[in-house]
Amino acid sequence: MNPNRPLQRYGGPALLLLFAAASLYLVTAVYAAGQTLLASIVLLIVALALWIYSSARTYAFRYLFPGIAAALAFVVFPMLYTMDIGFTNYSSKNLLDFPRATQYFLDETSRAEGATYAFTVHPDGRQYRLRFEQADSAKAYLSEPLALAKETPLTIKPEPAENVKIALADPVPLKELIALQPRLKALSVEMPDGHLRMTGLREFAPVQPLYEKQPDGALKNRETGALIKPNFKTGFYETAAGERLQPGFQVGIGLENYKRVFTDPKFSQPFARIFGWTVGFAALSMFLTAALGMLLAVLFNWDSLRFKTAYRTLLFLPYAVPGFISILVFKGLFNNNFGEINLILDALFGIKPAWFSDPLLAKSMLLIVNTWLGYPYMMLVCMGLLKSIPADLYEASAVAGAGPLTNFFRITLPLLIKPLTPLLIACFAFNFNNFVLISLLTAGHPDFLDTTAPAGTTDLLVSYTYRIAFQDSGQNYGLAASISTVIFVMVAVISLVQMRFTRIAEEEKR
Amino acid sequence: MAIVVDKSHRWRVVAAHAFLIALTLAVLFPFLMILSISLRPGNFSTGSIIPETISWEHWRFALGLPYQAPDGRLVTPDLPVLRWLWNSVKVAAMSAVIAIALSTTAAYAFARMKFVGKKAALTGLMLMQMFPAVLALVALYAIFDRIGSVFPSFGIDSHAALLLAYSGGIALHVWTIKGYYETIPVEIEEAAKVDGATPWQAFRLVLLPMALPILMVVFLLAFINAIIEYPVASVLLHQQDQLTLAVGSKMFLYEQKYLWGDFAASAILSGLPITLVFVLAQKWMVSGLTAGGIKG
Repeated sequence: MNPNRPLQRYGGPALLLLFAAASLYLVTAVYAAGQTLLASIVLLIVALALWIYSSARTYAFRYLFPGIAAALAFVVFPMLYTMDIGFTNYSSKNLLDFPRATQYFLDETSRAEGATYAFTVHPDGRQYRLRFEQADSAKAYLSEPLALAKETPLTIKPEPAENVKIALADPVPLKELIALQPRLKALSVEMPDGHLRMTGLREFAPVQPLYEKQPDGALKNRETGALIKPNFKTGFYETAAGERLQPGFQVGIGLENYKRVFTDPKFSQPFARIFGWTVGFAALSMFLTAALGMLLAVLFNWDSLRFKTAYRTLLFLPYAVPGFISILVFKGLFNNNFGEINLILDALFGIKPAWFSDPLLAKSMLLIVNTWLGYPYMMLVCMGLLKSIPADLYEASAVAGAGPLTNFFRITLPLLIKPLTPLLIACFAFNFNNFVLISLLTAGHPDFLDTTAPAGTTDLLVSYTYRIAFQDSGQNYGLAASISTVIFVMVAVISLVQMRFTRIAEEEKR
Repeated sequence: MAIVVDKSHRWRVVAAHAFLIALTLAVLFPFLMILSISLRPGNFSTGSIIPETISWEHWRFALGLPYQAPDGRLVTPDLPVLRWLWNSVKVAAMSAVIAIALSTTAAYAFARMKFVGKKAALTGLMLMQMFPAVLALVALYAIFDRIGSVFPSFGIDSHAALLLAYSGGIALHVWTIKGYYETIPVEIEEAAKVDGATPWQAFRLVLLPMALPILMVVFLLAFINAIIEYPVASVLLHQQDQLTLAVGSKMFLYEQKYLWGDFAASAILSGLPITLVFVLAQKWMVSGLTAGGIKG
């Protein structure tokens, strides 16, 4: 039925072979760049893909693989990796892995014995030639034309100047020389009497590596003869006296981060307060949005009210506008000095509340903004749920002479709350991790005044982790990851509770 | 319905209207204010809701056009708002296409095929989306930092990194599409298979065209999710030219550099189209979902 049969028959396998070849190249490139972990992960994914797309038994997985692989690689793996980082000292001080930190020390150089050379840079077409001249003997050397386009390490071997018969242009001015400096620093010059590196704006001088590797892994300083040894408990090279040398390297430190979070007062104290505010914020946000949303839904369910569609459309707006824009709009409106809210309050009551510097006011502001952002969703949900309450219940209660409040608390609320509970818990979980609101509105400020580590009175646990990891001094990824792991556990507990209530709500329906 | 109207009833209606009008005003206040501010001259000006003098300088700023400052200088805007909007739209559109490609195929397997571990995989997907990406920011940063040291075009400060990071969040889409597939009678595909179609042809040529409404909905949802995403983008993007709108917008309101009026114009310029897309998605979602109906 298909005219181009050969394409169908051989197209698939050919494509698979092409894919295999391309990915093998990829894996090799990653491995050659020293990223062994990344290379093995890619290799695993590629092998799995090849098996799934070549075996007939795994047909269903051909449809699943791309989606599941993406979810595993960019959702599940980052979570597991976060937990893993929580057990290490990964931070801006311990950024590199051990081989790279060692290489850093081995690359350090010191001034060696030997003559220095003055140098000048001469343009040669679009390229440059370097001229070296030894001060005492007046021996001169000239390099090949060099592009000097990138800061890649390069070894050059200049020839004696008398062997090169060309006319040199005038040397480049100092300004251009300074611009070229980073590229010149990457040059390593081989002279008959030693290796030269750039040591000043006008001179190259012989250098030697500062450290020499010893068989036991220690490094020996050639100038002083002192030994430095890697300490795999602290993640630093240390001198005999125990002094730590930068840069450090990543090592596993077991439960050290968790110990700090829960027992070191420097971190445990703000952690406890921030946890308290996180729970309070999530609970209050849930309550306020649900209360307002439910009230509106009940009002819109009331037959005597006119213009319902108009109200509903306008009150739905906060839900439709992107959150990051509304939050920033509020940030401007609440500004202490120029914000329109304070201008109005000042004109009406003569007060100018300090929304961003008083902790209590900052918290109220967050709740006001979050209620504004969140009630339309609750309103929509409650309106849907109200439709399923049979009208004859209200008719019966009207016959019994019940007022609207009795109706609400005796009929509407009890019937709403069961199906609403899973959604309320989801709302709680969402606000528990409402990073965007905090980050854009207050960024956690105002800070606690009595804690040593920076922590904010309006910080949620997530924004606190973000601060530890990406802001303030330290950039302590390990500590941040360990707190993230603690939050994972809390979210898991909340999710379990939610699933229980979802099941209950569904069983009720049947 | 109630024929007998008692006395308290009338003033209850009045009270309800008063409450709703007050609330509507409070809800609309930010929108009206931001429109007014975008038309006032200067970044610190105050005044009534209807500005006395209208100045287009903030709109010129948002559109990247040079404008005349009050002291007569010609000012060139230093924040590339349109560029950020373009970055956002580009990333969101590509990420929505990726989401559709990954979730339609996976949902097909879940809805129509039998295989080992199906139930576990479905539950796993459900569980996955309960943990927000904001909890794994440190790891995401570390992963893309590593990838970037080998392939700079997939590392920190690249849109490709952002696309990869977003590509994992398909759990909800898979569930939605699977629910829709299950409302389409399987007999139509089986008839195609009897006529000699392979499962891929049955999927591609028979099922997908019928599932078009839900694909539109999922596309728009994925698009909006990506365009308003802030945490991951703020960790992965740093260079001013690479930022998405969600990350770039906060650069207007620093204490040292308070561009309130410029922000107002940019917020309307960029927020309006996104809001329209969202309202559209809501409309389609209601019709698309009621046509198919999601079943858990």
